[in-house]
Amino acid sequence: MAQAQTPSAIAAPRSPYARRKTTRGNFELYSWVFMRASGVVLLVLVFGHLFVNLMVGEGVHAIDFAFVGGKWSSPFWQVWDLLMLWLAMFHGTNGVRTVVNDYAQRDSTRGVLKSLLYLASAIVVILGTLVIFTFNPCPPGAPAELLPSICFPN
Amino acid sequence: MTAVLENPATESPKPEVGAVPSFEVTLRIRRYNPESEHGEESTWDEFTVTAHGTDRVLDALHMIKWEQDGSLTFRRSCAHGVCGSDAMRINGRNRLACKTLLKDVNPDKPITVEPIKGLPVVKDLVVDMEPFFASYREIMPFLITSGNEPTRERLQSAEDRERFDDTTKCILCAACTSSCPVFWTDGQYFGPAAIVNAHRFIFDSRDEGATQRLEILNDKEGVWRCRTTFNCTEACPRGIEVTKAIQEVKRAMITRAF
Ligand code: HEM
Ligand code: SF4
Ligand code: FES
Repeated sequence: MAQAQTPSAIAAPRSPYARRKTTRGNFELYSWVFMRASGVVLLVLVFGHLFVNLMVGEGVHAIDFAFVGGKWSSPFWQVWDLLMLWLAMFHGTNGVRTVVNDYAQRDSTRGVLKSLLYLASAIVVILGTLVIFTFNPCPPGAPAELLPSICFPN
Repeated sequence: MTAVLENPATESPKPEVGAVPSFEVTLRIRRYNPESEHGEESTWDEFTVTAHGTDRVLDALHMIKWEQDGSLTFRRSCAHGVCGSDAMRINGRNRLACKTLLKDVNPDKPITVEPIKGLPVVKDLVVDMEPFFASYREIMPFLITSGNEPTRERLQSAEDRERFDDTTKCILCAACTSSCPVFWTDGQYFGPAAIVNAHRFIFDSRDEGATQRLEILNDKEGVWRCRTTFNCTEACPRGIEVTKAIQEVKRAMITRAF
């Protein structure tokens, strides 16, 4: 009979709003602490960097190849800039990861955005680290007036 | 009365002594009824009622439902800020309709009334609270103890009680959770109310389930999703310092981990 085929007027019980999966663990805890700890250290590193580069001595007018070359000949500034690079990059990447988690509505969008983010920051971190350690302040054949004084030991 | 009759031309009629002045107020209400001709579309309806300075948004909704459009659907039970049934978005802010005086939300302009955000709307101002309660149940909102039941009540010092006093006031209205921008895009987030109610037991000296509750909320969808926007604290009709409670739970987790 036709009546037997009539779908029930009562809809199927609604899916209980179950948690998709539990994602417990300390990762987000460490990430949260890292944002604050790295923020405090960045405060010193970034403003120290700005002060030394833009205000001490001739200030901003002193910045040229020789100035940068001279700074990176000192292990102190190498470590300073390396720390600043790594902390800023991990801090910034982690911050944008949070923003993506907050705003991406679909899992696929979230995946694509985070992949691009990790790729971009990996390139910057690796390239930056490479430059800080392999930087040659005295490239052979360069005009002498552009080079820092340490290139002319006498 | 005689004074008025003596000088009828110059004196405007004074309101009767003790009379409550009335005013016209328009409510702009977000309607949703999948069984109506609008289908899945939400629409705005405007209703104008005559109200008094003592009337709340809930009274205006009653007047509309009882005198103008019986199909208007909303939840309310106690009508006095106790049951937590009638949280709604009034002029863009989550409030209890029964605790919001019309005169406090600028009745000179139409007052917008919408369902709270982030939960599935069932009809008009009624949302499905189940996702909200599911998170609430997950944090185990009941006393957890071990050993034998005491033969008398579990005593607690006034200082120990004070520790979690604020979070005992929650009426589970969902105003906080549905004001949270993280919850709007991520329905899996436990939300402020679940954390508030976990706080109520985590910091109760008689309870022994704190570790389990901290474990449950130390989740990608737990306290670490909180971005400290303070929307929840602003929304809570009970005046609970919701963001502060969330921070205290975060701190308890950090001191446990390090
Ligand atoms: C100058 C010192 C800095 C301090 C004190 C600092 C502090 C913070 C803190 C505490 C957070 C966490 C906010 C939250 O969880 O709600 C944060 C987030 C963030 N930071 Fe920094 N930060 C600094 C520098 C930087 C730098 C150099 C970058 C970029 C490379 C950056 C990019 C970000 C981003 C994208 C976020 C995420 C935004 C959000 O969660 O709303 N910050 N910062
Ligand atoms: S904490 Fe406040 S706003 Fe949140 S559910 Fe409880 S009473 Fe409502
Ligand atoms: S109707 Fe009970 S809280 Fe408003």
